[in-house]
Amino acid sequence: MSSVAGGVVGTTAVLPGAGGGAPLHVLAVDDSSVDRAVISGILRSSRFRVTAVDSGKRALELLGSEPNVSMIITDYWMPEMTGYELLKKVKESSTLKQIPVVIMSSENVPTRISRCLEEGAEDFLMKPVRPSDVSRVFNRVLP
Amino acid sequence: MAANALQAQLNALLASMFATGMVDDQFKQLQSLEDGGSASGFVAEVATLFIEDADRIIADIAALLDQPAVDFDKVDAHVHQLKGSSSSVGAQKVKLACMHFRQFYEAKSKDGCLMALALVRSEFCDVRSKFQTMMQLGQQIEACSPK
Repeated sequence: MSSVAGGVVGTTAVLPGAGGGAPLHVLAVDDSSVDRAVISGILRSSRFRVTAVDSGKRALELLGSEPNVSMIITDYWMPEMTGYELLKKVKESSTLKQIPVVIMSSENVPTRISRCLEEGAEDFLMKPVRPSDVSRVFNRVLP
Repeated sequence: MAANALQAQLNALLASMFATGMVDDQFKQLQSLEDGGSASGFVAEVATLFIEDADRIIADIAALLDQPAVDFDKVDAHVHQLKGSSSSVGAQKVKLACMHFRQFYEAKSKDGCLMALALVRSEFCDVRSKFQTMMQLGQQIEACSPK
């Protein structure tokens, strides 16, 4: 299923959760349409409900209207608002700071990684992201 | 019977793409997410997005290199973007061509960049052609498979 509404470019797939309950909702943020499709596909295969947006700004808009986001996975390098800046805004918000945030990047820059982890990111994944990466992180972070 | 023959063609095509290094393990990872391995759903979606994305980026790089004063920072940004998407889809040769490109825009060599762009374009055209054939075969297989 695809949804294009109000600037949100995304794919949402509602699948039963592993325990039969409502699927956990993951917000994926990436300015690359290819990477949005890949991460959405990986998450859908793991039975998550996914909404994918193309910017930090859109992510914050959605977070303001959607109360049940269980995890955010975001690219680091995006125009206008980086994944790090999005992470900071989430962690500075009293309503959003409990949402785990995972950062993705194609570049292995140790200072970038440590900065994100210090700011509260749960993990930092190198691109290309693989299903095993998602399983490892999400199994650790999510109930 | 027709579906079997088409599936054999698809399998041979995919095998050659892996054998020649055109695609790498990341592509295999994406295939593993596809129900039934038919190449007509998720893999086709990602391949189509990659083709559109790469077409646009290559055209943008060519336009930048056509300017009297080349903005090498923008060239860098575009090549980085293409390297990222080719890596995510598993288009290994395109990714490697992008990595080869870096030395030329770092050296601010217009001629070098033009040669590197030609290689990127060539590798992209090859993988685009294979992806398109792959998707056509996937659709044909789905059309003649029993529901």
